[in-house]
Amino acid sequence: MTMMKTLLGTAAALAVTAGAGLAEPALIFDLGGKFDKSFNEAAFNGAQKWADETGGTFLEIELTSEAQREQALRRFAEAGANPVITTGFAFATPVGEVAADYPDTKFINIDGWLPEVPANVQLISFQEHEGSYLVGMMAAMASESGTVGFVGGMDIPLIRHFGCGYAQGAKAVNPDITVVANMTGTTPAAWNDPVKGGEIAKAQMSQGADVIYAAAGGTGVGVLEAAADGDILSIGVDSNQNHLYPGKVLTSMLKRVDVAVYNSMKAGDAVETGGFTVLGLAEEGVGVAMDENNAALVSDEMKSAVDEARDKIIAGDLEVVAYYANDSCPVHEF
Amino acid sequence: MDFLELLQVLDSSLRLAIPLLLACLAGLFSERAGIFDIGLEGKMLGAAMMAAAIAAITGNVWLGLLAGIFASVVLAGIHGLASITFRGDQLISGVAINFLAAGLTVVVAQDWFAQGGRTPSLDGAARFNPIELPFAIGPSDAAETGRRLNELIAEASPIQQVYSELISGHTLLVYLALLAVPLSWWVLYRTRFGLRLRAVGEAPEAVDTAGISVIRLRFVAVILCGVLCGIAGAYLSTALLGGFVKDMTAGRGFIALAALIFAKWRPWYALSATLLFGFLQAVVVRYQNVEVGNFTVPVQFMDALPYILTVVILAGFVGKAVPPRAGGQPYVKER
Repeated sequence: MTMMKTLLGTAAALAVTAGAGLAEPALIFDLGGKFDKSFNEAAFNGAQKWADETGGTFLEIELTSEAQREQALRRFAEAGANPVITTGFAFATPVGEVAADYPDTKFINIDGWLPEVPANVQLISFQEHEGSYLVGMMAAMASESGTVGFVGGMDIPLIRHFGCGYAQGAKAVNPDITVVANMTGTTPAAWNDPVKGGEIAKAQMSQGADVIYAAAGGTGVGVLEAAADGDILSIGVDSNQNHLYPGKVLTSMLKRVDVAVYNSMKAGDAVETGGFTVLGLAEEGVGVAMDENNAALVSDEMKSAVDEARDKIIAGDLEVVAYYANDSCPVHEF
Repeated sequence: MDFLELLQVLDSSLRLAIPLLLACLAGLFSERAGIFDIGLEGKMLGAAMMAAAIAAITGNVWLGLLAGIFASVVLAGIHGLASITFRGDQLISGVAINFLAAGLTVVVAQDWFAQGGRTPSLDGAARFNPIELPFAIGPSDAAETGRRLNELIAEASPIQQVYSELISGHTLLVYLALLAVPLSWWVLYRTRFGLRLRAVGEAPEAVDTAGISVIRLRFVAVILCGVLCGIAGAYLSTALLGGFVKDMTAGRGFIALAALIFAKWRPWYALSATLLFGFLQAVVVRYQNVEVGNFTVPVQFMDALPYILTVVILAGFVGKAVPPRAGGQPYVKER
C-alpha cells in the first residue's frame, strides 16, 4: 500500500512537472456562458487575442453548474495550467480555498473579493460605477420621457453597484429623473434568461422608460431586443454591444475584461499576485463605447458632457459613490 | 396600482402564460392517455432551437414553426418508443429527453451558426410579429401622431384601454393557444377519440377488450403532446424573443407540469392555472418586492409561489388532484 502510494505520488508529481514545462494559461467561464455577448465573451476575446498574437494555446471550460467550480480549478491546476484565470465574483471563494493546495500555480479572478488574498492569487476588479455613471448621464440626456430603466442580472452587490453608478449619473444630469430598476432573479440562472429580461424591459417601457441599461450578461440580449422592438434606446454592458441593434443601442458600458485577461496571459507565470488590481476610468478599464453604430445617437453635447465628467472623475474632482461603501445607494433604493 | 398598471401586468401575464398553457395542454393529452411526461421542457427546448434555426435560414417563420413542431414530435416519438413500445420507465425516458435536448440544441446551433450555441437574431418575416386588431391603439397610431404609445393608451377610455393593451397587440400564436383550450376540451369530452383517450389512461385493459389498440391511441396522444410542445417552443424563440439562446425554456416545462397537477388534468382549469402562474411571474417582473402593509414579501417568495401552490394542492388543502389511474404504467396485454 505504501509502495503504491509512493508510486502514485511520483507519477502525479511527474505529471505536474511535465505540465509546468509548457505551462498553458487556462480560462474558466462563469455560468452566463462563453458566448453571452457580454462579460464572458469579453474574457474569451482577450484570450483569443493573446492566442492569435503569440501563437499560444489556452485551456478553457464553460461551467454548467455551481458544483463544477472547485473541480474545474483543481483539474486545471493539476494539468499544470498557469495562470488559471476565472471570471465572475462567485469564483473568489473556491479560488481562495484551492489556491493553498497549489502554491506554484497562479490564480487570477475577475470581479471577486476575498478578505485575505493568498500569495498566489490576484483579484482584478473594475470601477463599474464610474463607467455606469457616464452611461447614466447619456441615458438622462437621451431620454425624452424623464424615465430611464435599469435591468440587472442576479441581485448581488456588484450589480447594484452598476445600477447605483447609473442612477447617480442620470440624476446628475436631471435631478428629477425617475430611475426604474429591476433585477432578473436571485439565482445564477438570472444571467441567462433573455425571455424574462425582455419582459422586464417591456414592463419598464410601460412605466415610461425610454432608455434602458442592461447589466445582466446573456439576459441583456433580451432586454436590448425588446427595446429595439419597442423603438426605444438601450445600453449594453461589458462588451461593445452597439452592433447588436445598430441605431437602437445608445452606447455600451465597456468593462475591459478582455484587456485584463490579455495582460494576465501575456505575463504568464510571472503575473503579479497577492493583491488587488483595480481598473477604473484612468486605466481605461471601464469606459463608454463610441463607434459608427451609435454615432447618430450621440450628440456633441453628450460627448462633451461625458468627456468632462470623465476628466473630473479621473482628477478626483467628482466622486461617484460606490455601492460597496456602505451597502446602499445614496440616490436609489434597490 | 391604477387601472392601466393592472392592465399592463395582465398583458404581461398573458404573454408569460402562453408557453406554460401550451406545454400544460401537451402534458394533459399525454398524461390523460397514461403516459407521464416530464420531458416537456426538453421538447420545448428542441422546438425552440429548430424553429429559430429554420426561420433564420429560410426567413420564413411558418417553416420555422413547422420545423419546431417536427423536432418536438421526433423527441415525443422517442419517448413513445421507449415508454410504450419497449415499456420502459416513463420518468427516466422523460429525463433522458430533457438532457438530450439541453445538449443537442447547443451542439447543433453551434455547428450551424458558430455563434456559441445561439441562433442569429430574427426580424421581419422570420418571426411572429404582434397583430394590431382593428380599432385598437397600436404602434401605427403612435407613429402617425408622433407620440408615445403609452401616452395614447393612457388617454383612451377604459374599454379602449382593455382592448388595446390587453386584447390587441399579441402574436398569432397567443390567440391560437387560447383557442386550443376549448378545442382540447371538445376533443377530450365530446368526441369518440377523446373518450377512448381518457379511457386508455384510466383502464387500458377495458379499451383493449373493446377491440381498440392501446398502443396506437397512446402513440397518438404522445404525438399530439409533441405538436403542442413544438408550438410552445416556437412561441418562445420566434414570438416572445427573436432567436434561440441556450436553455431558454428556463424551467417552464416543469412549471407547466406543476400547472397540470394544479389543474387536475382538465383543459379549462389548465387555462386558469397557467394564467395564475403567468400572473405571478408578471408580478415578480414588475415589482421586485411586494409590500403588504408594513410587511415586505421578498421576491424569492414570489418566485417560489407556483411551486408552493402546487405542494398545497397536492397536500389536499384546495381539493383532491387524482392523476389518471393507469398513468406511468406500461400496458402489457394479457396472454
